[in-house]
Amino acid sequence: MDPFTTVTGLVASLDRLNVDTDQIIPKQYLKTIKRTGLKEGLFYDWRHTSDGSLDPTFFMNQPRFSGTSILLGRDNFGCGSSREHAPWALLDYGIRCVIAPSFADIFYNNCFQNGMLPIVLPDGDINALFDTVTATEGYQLTVNLDAQSISTPEGNVLQFTIDPFRKSCLLNGLDTIGLTLQHEGDIAAYEAKQKLAAPWLFSG
Amino acid sequence: MSGQTMFEKIWDAHVVRENEAGTTLLYIDRHLVHEVTSPQAFEGLKLAGRTVRHPEFILAVPDHNVPTTDRSHGITDPISAKQIETLENNCREWGIPFFGLADQRQGIVHVIGPEQGFTLPGMTIVCGDSHTSTHGAFGALAFGIGTSEVEHVLSTQCLLQTKPLTLLVQVDGTLSQHCSAKDIILAIIARIGTAGATGYVVEYAGDTIRALSMEGRMTLCNMSIEAGARAGMIAPDKHTFDYVCGRPLAPTGKVFDDAVESWRQLNTDSDATFNKVVELQAADIAPQVTWGTNPGMGTAVDQRVPDPRSIQDNAVRAATQQALDYMGLTPGIPMTEIAIDKAFIGSCTNARIEDLRLAASYAKGKKVHQRVHAMVVPGSGLVKMQAEDEGLDQVFQEAGFEWREAGCSMCLAMNPDVLRPGERCASTSNRNFEGRQGKGGRTHLVSPAMAVAAAIEGHFVDIRSWTPSQP
Repeated sequence: MDPFTTVTGLVASLDRLNVDTDQIIPKQYLKTIKRTGLKEGLFYDWRHTSDGSLDPTFFMNQPRFSGTSILLGRDNFGCGSSREHAPWALLDYGIRCVIAPSFADIFYNNCFQNGMLPIVLPDGDINALFDTVTATEGYQLTVNLDAQSISTPEGNVLQFTIDPFRKSCLLNGLDTIGLTLQHEGDIAAYEAKQKLAAPWLFSG
Repeated sequence: MSGQTMFEKIWDAHVVRENEAGTTLLYIDRHLVHEVTSPQAFEGLKLAGRTVRHPEFILAVPDHNVPTTDRSHGITDPISAKQIETLENNCREWGIPFFGLADQRQGIVHVIGPEQGFTLPGMTIVCGDSHTSTHGAFGALAFGIGTSEVEHVLSTQCLLQTKPLTLLVQVDGTLSQHCSAKDIILAIIARIGTAGATGYVVEYAGDTIRALSMEGRMTLCNMSIEAGARAGMIAPDKHTFDYVCGRPLAPTGKVFDDAVESWRQLNTDSDATFNKVVELQAADIAPQVTWGTNPGMGTAVDQRVPDPRSIQDNAVRAATQQALDYMGLTPGIPMTEIAIDKAFIGSCTNARIEDLRLAASYAKGKKVHQRVHAMVVPGSGLVKMQAEDEGLDQVFQEAGFEWREAGCSMCLAMNPDVLRPGERCASTSNRNFEGRQGKGGRTHLVSPAMAVAAAIEGHFVDIRSWTPSQP
């Protein structure tokens, strides 16, 4: 996994509540057996109108948002299906960071597994960012994970909180399976204890 | 020291270790695997030179991407076929139990787990699917995970987790006739919202919940994720033990008796506290229908489509307007005036034998409305067999419903069962997101009884006062 340290990039905004993972990556893109190439499906149904042409009002079809790496969203971003194809598709498109007032649990967790940073900010900060992004072409932010800060071009600094373990994994690009495997002794001891305490779990 | 909730008891019993940053390494007892969210996990495992720690704790089945029509000539779509073949190959390579398409036990992963006795009280259960919350009906801690975590569990039988908060949803009283577990959960989500339980594990309690059958409890827990919950759970009781007893993978003899004794200890202690409590009265719950594009956008069938102009909050008003535009609905019209084109009875929410029996009881002797295309997709091959033994397939087919093979089907429309743009569906599934059942398709979530009545009348009806327009 690529480490996440600092990202400076263009910000796009998606002004909708409850953006679900069916929208982020529709079902027809879930038939793949690979993690790559999913940007083709990213927000496919919102990117296209009913006749199949590109919808010029959607951010991905607007030249001013070309090359976006930070996405601004609303409450409950990433709700619904557990499909990790959602963060894979965002990442494939170049988005490393999503900023929203709240996230759905599974999506939030899936981001960290892929070197992406989901940031929770209070409603007030989010509303102000939406206004600024809409008004300012080429608006960029700098996200610094170590400092847990977002710096604006105007010189403001917004602080965010993050679980220390997730932060460490992301900063160092850690392989969490590798970390768990270091505790083989603990896992084996747990299994030995459970075989006695709850043998039906092992007999099948 | 105050008592513990059921969730806390199960959590504590599965802690392998806690790290310095407050993250828990949690042991996972059982892992369900399907074709859509697993190929990348197996690939990752292989690339890292790792192995599957406990293939015997896994059960794998293709369900999302399978055709529900005749399968005797295989799968037409080569990409779908490749994904299913990949699952089969991975299972063969690692010695993982696998129910293929020709196996009578094949079906929706959340139907077959309980059906086989793979799901037991007190367990931790995961699957790369958000509706894993279904298994909480047995008093298990069951939750959906992403593909990276599927790989983590394959390799280590553990997951790194942060402890969620607890939410008690208490439902008391007698549910009115014609209402079911589906109406209870839709009413709960309409009340607390689609993110109302985010960060929480829900325990459902109260005498209304106690009175539900195991299959009703599964319907209820299944949709916990639609309120954002990490998991939903119901304390195990005699219903649970009776359901589990004799299933192919359940323990037997003295081991079963010992297990039951242990499972009886799982109940939330009387002095335990929850982080949050929500209370509902069953008498207030009417048959539910969703009008919008998330499961929280729903109301009772005797109500009207909301009018965005009456909503104060700007963001909620905009979201409501967007939803009504997508759904093609006029604000203020009675829910019962909404006409449908399709009816879908199926999914991990409502495709078990009791659902089909109930649906058949409403369909018996009636005809599906001439404008409506209706289908019934059993949750598993065994459910299908049981239904056919009871003659339910005949009842459905005589009424004009199609009778299909088992799978996820039109719940997420990954297979050929898809809504066309603008088509409106009464669906017993769990998600009414834009495009969920097909691009431009419009989904209304309802109970099996409500779906059948809508299929017959061509529009939603209040089944509490339904007098069929046909003899």
